[in-house]
Amino acid sequence: MSQLSLLGLYRPDSTFLHRTRPGPKLLALFVLSLAVVLIREAWFSITALALVLGLVQFSRMSWLALWRSLRMLLIILGFLAAYHAWQNGLWHAIAVVIGILALIIAAAVLTATTAVDDLLDTIVCGLGPFRRIGVNPEAVALSFSLLLRFIPDVAERAYETRDAARARGLDRDLRAYLTPLTIRVVARAQLIGEALYARGVGETLHAKGVEDNEKAEST
Amino acid sequence: MIEFDQATCDSRLKSTTLTLSEHRIGVIGLNGSGKSTLARMINGLIEPDSGQVRVNGLDTQRQGRQVRRKVGFLFTDPGAQLVMPTVIEDISLSLRHRYQNKKERHAAAIAALERFDLVDLAERSVHQLSGGQRQLVALISVLAAEPEIIVADEPTTLLDLRNARLVGDVLFSLEQQLVLITHDLELVERSERVLIITDGVVTFDGDPFKAVRQYRASI
Repeated sequence: MSQLSLLGLYRPDSTFLHRTRPGPKLLALFVLSLAVVLIREAWFSITALALVLGLVQFSRMSWLALWRSLRMLLIILGFLAAYHAWQNGLWHAIAVVIGILALIIAAAVLTATTAVDDLLDTIVCGLGPFRRIGVNPEAVALSFSLLLRFIPDVAERAYETRDAARARGLDRDLRAYLTPLTIRVVARAQLIGEALYARGVGETLHAKGVEDNEKAEST
Repeated sequence: MIEFDQATCDSRLKSTTLTLSEHRIGVIGLNGSGKSTLARMINGLIEPDSGQVRVNGLDTQRQGRQVRRKVGFLFTDPGAQLVMPTVIEDISLSLRHRYQNKKERHAAAIAALERFDLVDLAERSVHQLSGGQRQLVALISVLAAEPEIIVADEPTTLLDLRNARLVGDVLFSLEQQLVLITHDLELVERSERVLIITDGVVTFDGDPFKAVRQYRASI
């Protein structure tokens, strides 16, 4: 498994959180996010973090997997905390950074306890009313799931490219890392697009472009 | 029945006229010879610049959607083909247009896995599968859409000997018509008819054993 597995955390289980429908969980995440952003107080962020860590324990998530997926983020949050502490004071830094951390972990709990298929159905359902103004809920849901599936994939490619650059002694050359990585990711995306097309995935969603195309060609 | 009627694709495939009606058809040729182009023209992933490609009477350009429903395409790298985070979700995706009801869809996906004794993999993340398992799951996903024809583009190239044999055996046990693009000369000898492609031209068309002998001699 890839190291960056924040989004591949899903483990089937039967805890209360697993059994709860994705709708209420998404709503809870939304409310928590709003609260953290609006209240922006250290005490609230810390409470939120404690609550969310409780949920991690309660949902029987793997602490190790969580730690692994957060490691890199913690470094970034560290910098962010230092910046805020310097600019706006320690309490503000705590409020912001602990708040973000709590939300990230809450999102991880959501993905760990929700099968993507369920999540997709919920998104499709939730976007139903917007169909009238031209939103295609299935297409939106599919883009979400592709995002979830391929973020670890991109990370894998990043490690691969880094190793290749290292093997040639170019570990300090950013260009030797970023150029091939970009090319690889784009090539991969093309292949995935081809695979989706071959499976008729976009088409069962009535991808408008393709349909119009076919109509134009058949007339 | 697959028909190429003076189909060309810029320099990759020169004007080709073929009628492929045999149950097992092999395609061999060097890297860059045009094998993959030929394969992709069968399901309309690549459209001919001139001429026509028809699958069971349907034009790949004008009726691409119906053609792709009839033609299942197996890629070399199953990693790109499996677009959902878990095995069961990926198979369900192929079943989305046939079963609106989620329970039915799930049951059908499980049944598809049962056919190959792979139910244990249902909840597994696609990242956690071995190469052989990935290719089998990709094939199951393709079969779940109940195609009439399977086009496999070097499906065993990335696999070890045991898995290559396994995937080969499964492919040759299917009831569907099979067009197999491969570098595995042992495997291709199991087909009824073999094409050799050289620089975008079909240079041999006929008996598999003769084809392999001629191919070996030409290198």
